[in-house]
Amino acid sequence: MSEEHHLHDHEHGSVHAPPQPDDKVHSYYQILGIALKELLIEKGVVSADDVRRQIERRDSITPANGARVVAKAWTDPAFRKRLLDDANGAVSELGFEMTTAKLVAIENTAGEHNVVVCTLCSCYPRDLLGLPPSWYKSRAYRARVVREPRAVLAEFGTHVPEHVVVRVHDSTADMRFLVVPERPEGTQGLGEAELAALVTRDSMIGVARASAPNR
Amino acid sequence: MTRLAPGTPIRVREDFPPGHIRTPVYLRGKTGEVIKFFGNFDNAETAAYGLPGLKKGVYKVRFRAIDLWSDYAGPAIDAIEADLYEHWLERLT
Repeated sequence: MSEEHHLHDHEHGSVHAPPQPDDKVHSYYQILGIALKELLIEKGVVSADDVRRQIERRDSITPANGARVVAKAWTDPAFRKRLLDDANGAVSELGFEMTTAKLVAIENTAGEHNVVVCTLCSCYPRDLLGLPPSWYKSRAYRARVVREPRAVLAEFGTHVPEHVVVRVHDSTADMRFLVVPERPEGTQGLGEAELAALVTRDSMIGVARASAPNR
Repeated sequence: MTRLAPGTPIRVREDFPPGHIRTPVYLRGKTGEVIKFFGNFDNAETAAYGLPGLKKGVYKVRFRAIDLWSDYAGPAIDAIEADLYEHWLERLT
């Protein structure tokens, strides 16, 4: 249930009009986008099915892909090295293709905590992790994480000790960053699939650590 | 332009041209250090307009947070890194 729905007091038996998201007014750029799409289809450059298929493909990419990559890096030192040297090549071994950008893996360690942002827009390793969360695209996150990264991390529940370097990576060109979080304590006996379940989207952006086991 | 070696101190050009500029304003005029050379990439400043531009070298540059923000609240070890096109970088030495 959405927060909006729950903020007012009411009897739960009362009748609500269901949300009508289609009622919202399109912005200038949304209308421009729709017009461009319709023209491309009308002129036969792409078909409606091509557009639908691409949206479907985009939506099928999830952070679970990145989690597999991280779990393999945790368990296979040779793969970890290949990932840090040439991430595009390493992820392709697992069947993931970076279509446009160069993927760069950055490792969090006991002495260094990395976090990713795109201050200029919303660059994100979409080919591996899917669409970014809405907060990643918000002006507040983009402006603040380069200005007061430790305060922003603390708001995500991530407290970085003063002796640990905080390094913010602003994705300003063709590189897309994947944070490899630290492998949590107490995970020695776990296999790759169990480890992957501990690797969350936020931990691969760097605003959180990987989850502790057995939670 | 001669390749900048890792460790080279640089200053980002303090320039405000119109157009699709991928050098964030908060870094212009700031000093930092070259970390690595990523290779040559399409210059986004021309590619954004569908123009065939020359490939430009892109470097990872590290800035100390305290050099960007005079009132930075965290420790001096903290850093911001960005990927900048070579024509925005001025060698300091």
